[in-house]
Amino acid sequence: MIYLDNAATTIHKPEEVKAAVMAAFDTLGNAGRGASAPSLDASRVIYETREKLARLFHTGDPRRIVFTANSTESLNIALKGLFSEGEHVITTVLEHNSVLRPLYECRERGVELTILGCDGKGNISYAEMESAVRGNTKAVVCTHASNLTGNMTGLERVGAIAKKHGLLLVVDASQTAGVCPIDVERMQIDVLCFTGHKSLLGPQGTGGMYVREGVRIRPLLSGGSGIDTYNEAHPEEMPTALEAGTLNGHGIAGLGAALSWIEKTGMDRIRQRELSLMRRFYEGVSCIPGVMVYGDFETDERTPIVSLNILDYDSSEVSDELSMVYGIITRPGAHCAPLMHRSLGTVEQGAVRFSFSYYNTEEEVDLAINAVRVLAYG
Amino acid sequence: MREKELRLVVTFHTTADAMAMEKACRTMGVPGRLIPVPRSISAGCGLAWCAPLTAEEDIRAVMEAHRIAAEGLHECMVRV
Repeated sequence: MIYLDNAATTIHKPEEVKAAVMAAFDTLGNAGRGASAPSLDASRVIYETREKLARLFHTGDPRRIVFTANSTESLNIALKGLFSEGEHVITTVLEHNSVLRPLYECRERGVELTILGCDGKGNISYAEMESAVRGNTKAVVCTHASNLTGNMTGLERVGAIAKKHGLLLVVDASQTAGVCPIDVERMQIDVLCFTGHKSLLGPQGTGGMYVREGVRIRPLLSGGSGIDTYNEAHPEEMPTALEAGTLNGHGIAGLGAALSWIEKTGMDRIRQRELSLMRRFYEGVSCIPGVMVYGDFETDERTPIVSLNILDYDSSEVSDELSMVYGIITRPGAHCAPLMHRSLGTVEQGAVRFSFSYYNTEEEVDLAINAVRVLAYG
Repeated sequence: MREKELRLVVTFHTTADAMAMEKACRTMGVPGRLIPVPRSISAGCGLAWCAPLTAEEDIRAVMEAHRIAAEGLHECMVRV
């Protein structure tokens, strides 16, 4: 099998991640529930993982890192917990449904929504973003990179616009955390939502968010906290305020090991490797007659994704053919990005997404190029 | 590309229903496999059960026995 669906989840994890999860099964108790050795072991592993994430995102305080199950949960907590009736939010057509659907729910409750469009290559206009700011605008919510085109949003520019107008900046880093530099101070990010199982190379069921000090989010959940038991209200102190119930200690142990592996290997090295594979694939397929590639490839400020169509073939058929005949795993269809597909005119056909990981090889890329060539030549 | 043939394609409301269908068909020896939903049926993604037209009666029996609700039964051209 040649696995090229790493934007959905990375299958190949460092051996250290598997070992950490297995060790956690044998040792970890319930974090923050007593002072027994197993409970403390769990608390330590989780706290150390907070520290590693704080380092990764360039924030000094690990207590501003919250653990959740995935980006979707983080985004729901952030978007439903930040915005109220009468407030205005700016977002973009690049967004995944994990941003759009919670925002649509907010809109039903009286939050006003502006969705910025994009150009033919899938890039947003920062001037248009600034023009969309109104007196009641509360925040800009945007992805760090489109999960369809791989185009990245210039977060420093967005952060500057947000800061200039006193807005919150909420970022969906599902496609970038772990492989692209994210500095919440330099980029002036107020809330950063991430998942653990993609570029962070951790287990599924891990994810989280960074919340800037002073940003108050109404919790989605309340319940067990391990502290302040006789208080009828859930504690307001971070990160406990947004972490009701037992954390996924086993998964977070794996995520912690993945973060150590990324630190040891070097995020720049990982990214350069992935971009090199992506570039090799792009150069190989973009010149094939009948192949249409989406996105902006004039820059290397992007994620290792190449989405394409072949002639007028149904993307589902192409992906199935790649899987059944060549053993190449891709993702067809709409990628939970309805507005991006609408903008690119690919609602009916969908697109076939190839996404690369540090563990893919040049040989795999060349086999994928050859498969696309054979399909395009009929 | 492989040749297209007319097939029975069963779509579902959820991925869980599609997985239940695969398990039930495997258990009862009914032929077919899961495929991405052909976009001629829906642009909304998801999984579908693709089977020979001759298996329709068996497939309906599987769904009834396992109380699996299909979103729709379609006849369409699929590469096999």
